[in-house]
Amino acid sequence: MGRFIILRVGRALITIALVVTFAFIVLRLSGDPAQIILGPEAPPEVLAAFRRAWGLDDPIWLQYLHYFGAIAQGELGRSMRDGRSAIEIVAERIPITLALTVPALVLKLGIGIPAGVYAALHRGSLTDRIVMIVSVAGFTIPSFVLGLTLVLVFAVQLGWLPSGGQDSWRHAILPILTLGIGGAAILARFTRSAMLEVLGQPFIRAASAKGVPWQDVITRHALPNAAIPTVTIIGFMVGTLIAGAVVVESVFSWPGVGRLLVVAVANRDLAVVQCILLLVAATMVISNLIVDFLYGFLDPRLRSAKGQKAAGGQP
Amino acid sequence: MTSANAEPLLLARNLRRVYQSRRGMFGAPSLVRAVDDVSFDILPGETLGIVGESGSGKSTMGRLALGLETPDRGSVRFRGSPMPMPSTAEWRTLRQRMQMIYQDPLGALDRRLPVLTQIREPLDIHHPREHHGNQVKAAEMLARVGLSREQGARYPHELSGGQRQRVVLARALMTGPDFLVCDEPVSALDVSIQAQVVNLLIDLQTELGLAMMFISHDLRVVRQISKRVAVMYLGGFVEEGDADDLFASPLHPYTKALVSAAPQARSTNRHERIVLTGEPPNPANRPTGCAFHPRCGAAMPRCKEEAPALVPVGRERRVACHLYPAATSDQTRAA
Amino acid sequence: MTDHALASAKPAPKSLDHTRSRSVPIAVYLALAWLIGMVVIALLADVLSPYRFTAPDLRNRLSPPGNPLHWLGTDELGRDVMSRLFVSIRISLLIAFGAALISAFLGTVLGFVAAYFRGVAEQLVLMLADFQASMPFLILALSVLAFFGNSLPLLIGLMGLFGWERYARIARGLAISASAQGYASAIHQLGARPVRVYLRHILPNIASTLIVMMTLVFPEVILLESSLSFLGLGVQPPMTSLGNMVGFGREYITRAPWIMLAPAVTIILTTLAVSVLGDWLRDRLDPTLR
Repeated sequence: MGRFIILRVGRALITIALVVTFAFIVLRLSGDPAQIILGPEAPPEVLAAFRRAWGLDDPIWLQYLHYFGAIAQGELGRSMRDGRSAIEIVAERIPITLALTVPALVLKLGIGIPAGVYAALHRGSLTDRIVMIVSVAGFTIPSFVLGLTLVLVFAVQLGWLPSGGQDSWRHAILPILTLGIGGAAILARFTRSAMLEVLGQPFIRAASAKGVPWQDVITRHALPNAAIPTVTIIGFMVGTLIAGAVVVESVFSWPGVGRLLVVAVANRDLAVVQCILLLVAATMVISNLIVDFLYGFLDPRLRSAKGQKAAGGQP
Repeated sequence: MTSANAEPLLLARNLRRVYQSRRGMFGAPSLVRAVDDVSFDILPGETLGIVGESGSGKSTMGRLALGLETPDRGSVRFRGSPMPMPSTAEWRTLRQRMQMIYQDPLGALDRRLPVLTQIREPLDIHHPREHHGNQVKAAEMLARVGLSREQGARYPHELSGGQRQRVVLARALMTGPDFLVCDEPVSALDVSIQAQVVNLLIDLQTELGLAMMFISHDLRVVRQISKRVAVMYLGGFVEEGDADDLFASPLHPYTKALVSAAPQARSTNRHERIVLTGEPPNPANRPTGCAFHPRCGAAMPRCKEEAPALVPVGRERRVACHLYPAATSDQTRAA
Repeated sequence: MTDHALASAKPAPKSLDHTRSRSVPIAVYLALAWLIGMVVIALLADVLSPYRFTAPDLRNRLSPPGNPLHWLGTDELGRDVMSRLFVSIRISLLIAFGAALISAFLGTVLGFVAAYFRGVAEQLVLMLADFQASMPFLILALSVLAFFGNSLPLLIGLMGLFGWERYARIARGLAISASAQGYASAIHQLGARPVRVYLRHILPNIASTLIVMMTLVFPEVILLESSLSFLGLGVQPPMTSLGNMVGFGREYITRAPWIMLAPAVTIILTTLAVSVLGDWLRDRLDPTLR
């Protein structure tokens, strides 16, 4: 078990290191940051001063090490626009985003999982078909189209809800719905197929043949086993709590992390972009770790099976 | 009848192959000796049959003999030169001289290509420029293994098991090899088809002067095709000798058990049928001393401690058993 | 669970999709017809467009659909929505096709490299694949665009990084199982070089799986491109794409929703069509992929 934890945590750290490296490579490949920030007309002595200030004159490996060191110390740079600390700028947006994504996650889980389980248990029924059609729509309708359609109906035609902004809780309803509906559809489809897969397994038939009441077969055997693949996708959804609303926030002019990212990208505010990138990576990695441990909890066999595969050996 | 003046085609000395296996993520790695200290020669045109249960290391032996795997200890020499490392240019060139026939012909063929194209492939690999010539030779070979032109245009899954094995055989013979390793070539086939394929193999062997290593668990088939036979048990030879002689008067208790268990055509039933007791051999959990002793009816205390060496008994026979002490010295070795 | 649930659920698990007959479902025909239509429009956009997609018609600004001069209406500058739609389809499909091909190629090559070399190379590929799969691609793409600005080739190349890990994992898995036993090791044993084994034998054998995978990734590429363009960070004006049209059309959502609806419907139907086709292909060619 100890080894399992160490391996997973090690992998998580490697992922973070990869993201940092990715950010560094992209940053350096993109050309001269000084030129980008200060513009082509900047006088040479200003450029030189800027380079010195940001350590751009050092050899590349030294810059790389400094970069790692700075990030390890939580120094993620300042916004190149207004000079405020990037962390500060991003941090004040996080609660605003979570105000959308957390209720949306509750909505996804609350609708998606029951709908998927119900559809699997009533396979072929009208409800099943409706769930399937809606979930296909959830896959194929981009969130900005869904969001704009909701705006068109509830804000423009009916006038019930505001179409954008962040002034009251009523402003949050449409974005939360947009996020929730799409995610719920995906989760429902996933849960349904995981559930069907499990229901097709011999041990389910064996359990019901043994005379175990069907309800117990479902709650004791089918649901825990169907939960294993479903946990992965939920883990991914948890991981995107911070970054999953980029498009929806833009549709509804919601001033969260996603909106900040889009604006920062458009303005080439590199420190802010990089800070959000790392924040997202950290969230993803942590939620992946939790999923891995949940896996171990839900299905102890999985660890040894994976271990055997990793060990390899005989060709 | 191993005439002393004939130069061996293949010369294997003290071969050992060890696999690492690990049970789960947390288990300590354990070493499995698939082949342990095996030596043999194969003369040009001669067939060596290898008999043994599954897990006895027969297939690994075949792969070592072909140079598909490198032994951890010992060496293989082919026509006087050491076997090159796998996947080197030298090794690839040498493939023209030695080939393999597989147990599962469908698996050994590419299901996306017509079989004639696959028969031609060895020539395309080694002589890529001679398109037309290759095609003609492949068509000849197709006829030689008893397949029609029309069958040559089919895909592997459209042929029967016996026909597929003929295709594999044709492909193996395209470059005119001197040495063939047949790993259970007929055990996946119907009994009626087995005889046809074995006869074809014998015909082609005499015609082409092929040397073969014929691996099987089926004594009847091995006896039919082999001049000499070696019996393997847990990675080592327990007995080796002339095929007819060995099957007529087996010496090693394991060989005796095998021979008595085999269905006899001309049943004079001289022997009682010996039924092997105990666990079937597991290479991962190898007994001390003689590997066979837990299942051996004639086991002595010595067998538990000391592994017997393969020593000559009589003119043509070598046996690894404490019941048959060799006339010569060096009969023991460290386990 | 009610008794009703019990009755209807019990027989279900036996076989997953046996009700689906061997004949081609009508939805697949419709999907195919739609996609062919899209490809034709993309190829013949210049011929089919009644106007240049940038040509303004100042007398007919924000004209609703049904105008005899502009069947799908016009936008705020009086540009013909249908002409813009056709060009957008061309650009969006070009990006999606290009990206899908790049990622299939990249993923397959890396998967083969992992399968052939094993060891460190394999671990590296798997690590990159894990990384790619665990990061939301939109965020990675946005960061790259932040640093590089954008251009059409860059956009295609960037989108070409999307989904490579799925091809890589599959190509690696299939190549390893093929070379562990069976035809690939037999060919190797004949003396063939690895390039021959991989390109002439393994690749054709796993091509159908890769094609199915492509149809599964393709809709996501379209959605990704349209999201980026919608955010104003993908295709840049004066060039136009489907997502781009929706993005600019939303300014006029109250007065002229058709500007936004025409490309939105096109996106939905196209992704839907590819998904339907992909699911059907998967069931037919490779049921193991799920």
